Formats: sequence, structure tokens, C-alpha cells
Amino acid sequence: MSAAASFARRATLLAGFVFLYAPIVILAAMSFNASRLVSVWGGFSTKWYAALLDNEQLLQSAKISLAAAFVSATIATLLGLLAAVALARFGGFRTRLLFFGAVHAPLVLPEVVLGLALLTCFVALGVGRGFVTLVIGHVTLTMCFTTVAILAALRDCDPTLEEAAMDLGATPPEAFLRVALPRIAPAIVTAFLLAFTLSLDDLVIASFATGPGATTLPMRIYSQVRLGVSPQINAISTLLLALVAVALGLAAAVSYWRGRRK
Amino acid sequence: MNAPLLSINNVSKKFGAVVALENVSLHVGAGEFFALLGPSGCGKTTLMRCIAGFESPDAGAIALNGADLSGVPPFRRPVNMMFQSYALFPHLDVFENIAFGLRRQGEAKDAIDARVDELLAMTQLSNHGRRRIDELSGGQKQRVALARALAPRPKMLLLDEPLGALDRKLREETQFQLKEIQRLTQTSFVIVTHDQDEALALADRIAVMRAGRVEQVAGPMEIYDRPATRFVAGFVGETNFIEGRVERNAARGPGAALVSELGRIPCEPGDLPEGAQATLSVRPERIGVAREGDGIAGFVENFVFRGETTLLRVRVAENVVLRAAAGHGERYAIGDSVRLSFPPGAGTLLKDGPSA
Repeated sequence: MSAAASFARRATLLAGFVFLYAPIVILAAMSFNASRLVSVWGGFSTKWYAALLDNEQLLQSAKISLAAAFVSATIATLLGLLAAVALARFGGFRTRLLFFGAVHAPLVLPEVVLGLALLTCFVALGVGRGFVTLVIGHVTLTMCFTTVAILAALRDCDPTLEEAAMDLGATPPEAFLRVALPRIAPAIVTAFLLAFTLSLDDLVIASFATGPGATTLPMRIYSQVRLGVSPQINAISTLLLALVAVALGLAAAVSYWRGRRK
Repeated sequence: MNAPLLSINNVSKKFGAVVALENVSLHVGAGEFFALLGPSGCGKTTLMRCIAGFESPDAGAIALNGADLSGVPPFRRPVNMMFQSYALFPHLDVFENIAFGLRRQGEAKDAIDARVDELLAMTQLSNHGRRRIDELSGGQKQRVALARALAPRPKMLLLDEPLGALDRKLREETQFQLKEIQRLTQTSFVIVTHDQDEALALADRIAVMRAGRVEQVAGPMEIYDRPATRFVAGFVGETNFIEGRVERNAARGPGAALVSELGRIPCEPGDLPEGAQATLSVRPERIGVAREGDGIAGFVENFVFRGETTLLRVRVAENVVLRAAAGHGERYAIGDSVRLSFPPGAGTLLKDGPSA
């Protein structure tokens, strides 16, 4: 390959990355800007991060978001595991296709529709909206992703291994725990992290499903941005970004480690 | 043979419209090496899975030591299985794979260690206890699978195509090892195979299966020399089929014979009536080959050197080719004219018609 062609390739790649990530880099950079104005660089400062610690509202929202993400990801992972086991191990039960479709539908369902449906449902049932309804909404949103991730791993896991375990005296639950679960554990961790980040990021479902007193961080950021961009928002966004990056990095590390073990 | 360890009585199994097993009855004795032989789809694997408890028969009963096994789940049956794919646990090392069944039985640690070491030694894996499964060769995996299935001291070991994944040379070596281990452990082995050589080499008795039914149960020699049906004769070993009519009386020659388009071939008619349509199955090596003399005339159309023998394809009529084995040192060329003779008792007369 000539030097010119090589340069052209690298330049194209760079342009692509700039297109994708430049706004995020600018956001993160501005969170360290001493000046209040986005257009003026006033020198490096962490004062906006310090200011965050005094912003009770933002901190409260961050706590709610993290708690909702943790609880909903845990529930969604458990339900996803059960759904995946049913789909992968229970053969062709009569309503399997319907069940498969029902579990996967939220993948393609517009979030606004899902959110509105949840809201209608909560109102119709007379359920007061708050943290619990927020978690229910996020489980509905993320369970399809956890099911897909765990189902893929479970399909790779030969069911004769569980038969062999049963043949050697393990009861069916024991066979699953001792043979299949260790094999799909990395996928379960990945599914959890995926559900966690999805819940943490979500604005649409949360706007419909939550109520006063349980305002999530994305909702708080969105409402504050409408009143003008504060560098504090840049700072909290950067922290959120870092958290998601760590979660995704963990997920990648888990699958890398899993690949190496194979 | 002792009182049967395993009795299978009139077992039938259907998968939807497909009949996998039809009225199968078999008995396997304690310490016996038994083979289920048949082409793929004959139901042999289904029968094995019924014994292991992974399938339940639609009708009939399976009993072990006289105790009915119906409704007993696989993890409570004193029967272990060696899977065709080995199904070794990839996240456990060799030692833990072999110890798996013992741990489920809740044995003491010392007893488990001793038993696993014993099995590692028996399968020549003593230095491999801490190896990971993906570090093993195919032959080593096969031995780990065998050791794992034997570890809990099952009353009966089921082996699903145990040598299927090994290459030819290793397979023969492993056959001897299997026989040796079976002799040492005094455990009943039931092997499922589609390979007739494997069944003949290993088993004390063989059940030949076809389309969900048992065609014949007998020792290897009897299966080979006295096949009960045309299917058995054709499936086990090479053979020639000659169709004709039974002639019982000695009016036209000494003893009974089969009258075919090739002439009169003397044979043992069994209980077939005079004039019955029948097929004679004759193994190639039982046919005498000579350059001249008595016998059916033909010419060598093709030949395959097999080392010990040379297999000739001899055209004896316009549309009949017989396979005959010439002994070591006899040389024939394509086009040579030869005479084929049938010594008395060379073949087995089978009553089922040409359709089978």
C-alpha cells in the first residue's frame, strides 16, 4: 500500500471518530472550564465538580437513578435468565413463538409508545407513580436485552452437558447450577451491565413512568438544560459518561476473559 | 450368563408419527458386554436414552435387577452413560470431571480422591488430573469420559458410539482398552454403534436393530455365520444373496438345495417347506474359487487386494455378480475365467423374500 493511500485511510478513520466523539470530548473538556461560558476557555478548573457536591437536587437525582438502575437491572437479569431458560431448554412448547415474540417486542417498540402505555396502565390501575413504577418501566424496557444476551450464551451451551450431570446424579436444578450457570455467568454479568446502563441513560420511559419525588438524573439534566447550560451539567454528564464507560469496559473485559478461557 | 441385570420388555416409543421403537424386548446379563448395532435411525440411541432415563417409553417396561425403572429420573438410576460427544464439563479439570458423580453421591473426600486416582490410573491419565479439558487430545477426552462414567460404580455403563470420534488406528487400540476395562470392572457394558466391526470385536452378544425392531440377538459368531434375516446378513459383513426355490428331497441330488438361476446349490433348508421362495446368503470367503473344475463358471470383472485375501467380483450371469474371496497368494487378473463352488453349509438360507 502506498503512503498516500495509507494516509487517506487513517484520515477517513479519524474523521469518523471525530464525527462520533468530538461533541462528547468537548462536553467533557468544558466541564473543566473555569469560565461559565461555553465559548470562552477560562483555564482548567474542577470547581464545577465541587459545586455539584452542594447541589442537593442533582445529587438526589443521581442517587435515584443509580438505585433504579441497580434494582431494575437485577430484576431484568433474573427475568431474562428465566425467559432464556424457557426458550432454550423447554423445547417447542405450544406458545413458544408467541412467548419469543412477546419477550423480544420491546426491542423494536418505540420507547414513546412503551412509555405512554405504561403511564396509561398505571393511571388505569390507580397506581401512584414514583420509584416503584420507574423500576417497573425500566425492567420492561431492559428485559428484552438481558434475555437476548443470556439466550445467545445458553444456546452455545450444549444441553448434553446438563444431561451428563443428571446422569451422574445431579438433580435438574443442580445440573443447571453446576454446569450451565458457570458457562453462562459472563453473559449474565454482561446482561446486568447492559440493563444497568440502559436504565441509567433512559429519559423517555422515566418521564412517563416516574412521579414527583423520583426524578432521575437524565430528567433533571434535561429540565435544567432548557433553562440554560450550566457547567455543572457538563460535569455531571461527564461523570455519567465515565460511569457508563466503566460499565461497558467491564462488560468488554468479561467477554474478553471469556474468549480467552475458551 | 447370570440372571438378567437389565430386562427390556415390549418397549415402544414414538416421536410424533415416527416410530422409534416397536415392541423391543432384550435382556442383558450382569458383567456382559452387549452391543446395540444398527444403521442410523434404527432406534438404538432412543433405546439407550430410555435405559438412561432421558426418554420414557410409551409402552412396555424396563427393569434393572428386577426393579421397574419407569418414572425413575436419570439422576436416581444406577446406570451411567458415556456420551457420544463425551459431554465433558469444560469449566472443570480432569480430576473434577471424574469426581463429579462421586461428589453428587456425597462421598467422603478421601474416598473420592482414592477412587479418582484409581480411575486415572486405569485409563492411563495419572499425570493429567489437573489438566483442563481443552488441553486434552481426542483419545484422552474419550478416556476421561469413560472414567467419569465409571467413577460412581454404576451397575451398568451405556456407551453411545464411544469410538466414533477417534481415528482408525486409535480406535483399534481403544477397543482393546475398553474390553480390558470391562473385564477389570466386571460392569455390564451396553454399547451403541453403527459399526459392525466394532460390535463384532467388542461384544459378547449383539442385538441387530432395524427401524425400531430387534432383528436378531446372538453372539458375534452366530450373527456372522447364522444371520436370522436378510437385513442382518447384509448389514453385518459382506455377503452375496442368491434367490431361488427350496428343494428338500434328494431326487435330483444328495441333500436339500436351493434351485436358482445359477443352478443347484446344496444347503441346509431348516424348516422351510418344499418349493418355498428363499434367499441364500453366502459370505465371500466361504465361496471356493478355482481356475477349473466343478462349480459355477464366471469371469473376474474386478478385484480388490485386501492383504490377507483378494476380493473378486465375478460375473456369473448377465445380471449376477458374486463376490468371492481368493486366498493369499492366489493371483487373478481382470477377465480370467474362474469356477465358484459352494461347500455344504457355506451359506444361510433366509426365508424373507427379495423385497426385504
